Amino acid sequence: MDGPDRVYDDRTPGVEHEESTANFLSYTVGLGLAILATIASFVVSQTNLLWAPGIPVGLAVLAFAQIGVHLVFFLHLGSGPDHTNNILALAFGVLIVFLVITGSIWIIANLNANMMPMP
Amino acid sequence: MTIATIDAISGGLARGRGGGGPAPKRTVVAYGFWIFILSDIIMFSGLFAAYAVLAGNTAGGPTGRQLFDLRNVFIETMCLLVSSYTCGLGALSAERRQPARFLIFAALTFVLGAAFLFIEASEFAGMVERGAGPSRSGFLSSFFTLVGTHGVHVAGGLIWLIYLVAQVIVKGLRPAVLRRLLCWSLFWHALDIVWVGVFTLVYLMGDFR
Repeated sequence: MDGPDRVYDDRTPGVEHEESTANFLSYTVGLGLAILATIASFVVSQTNLLWAPGIPVGLAVLAFAQIGVHLVFFLHLGSGPDHTNNILALAFGVLIVFLVITGSIWIIANLNANMMPMP
Repeated sequence: MTIATIDAISGGLARGRGGGGPAPKRTVVAYGFWIFILSDIIMFSGLFAAYAVLAGNTAGGPTGRQLFDLRNVFIETMCLLVSSYTCGLGALSAERRQPARFLIFAALTFVLGAAFLFIEASEFAGMVERGAGPSRSGFLSSFFTLVGTHGVHVAGGLIWLIYLVAQVIVKGLRPAVLRRLLCWSLFWHALDIVWVGVFTLVYLMGDFR
């Protein structure tokens, strides 16, 4: 359908462009998925459902899944060509967040390992 | 296809990639606010990094497992999540020019946000009372800074919501007010995203068996 002649609008972040029923549905589906992910996180952290050393990884996966649900169903970010600006800005933000957090943990862990033993 | 024909098709409306002139004001405003939200999240990433580094430095004081009550955290999480939902439905009603429905959803959002803040404030007060204030250890300093900054954002969002509701009542749902509402709803959804990081990293990872 999308030939080379198709013209794309810039999309407004946070605005759904489908008809109104899809809109209400999208928020409700998002709420359901987010509640599921939240409950799963709390259950995983409090039970032996997951192999104990794997729990942090499981929690991180569930957190990223829930953030994805929020971005798609509440902030209406999509993968279409008309979302390029919003997604590029988000990707840059994610890059900086990743650098700040993993960089800090890496550097401080390295410093700790090289510390002189405290008297 | 040349820009002239794009213009002819779109009737002078803004198209992507800069062809056909500037985007509508609503898109420009929301995009600018989106950039602000991303910078705010980058600021939070610094606080998250500080917490991740300092979480083990309890200086002989209480640890997260002794201090956190996960039942409260779960209620807080649900309050904020459902308030994000009602905020979205409120924004939807505003888009459809239904001021009465908007005011109901705004009131629900406010009550849920205030409940979140109340639970968080009583948690903080209880910790300080037990001698686990921000000056006790590096862990608690970074905990109060990270969670407190998020709480301050929520409080700011609630004050902003009161201001916007007053504008809707006085000025009606005119385009300028709708743009401010759009920015506010972006802000509120972003706070919920930050909270996902907070309850996962701070409360759940600090407490699993």
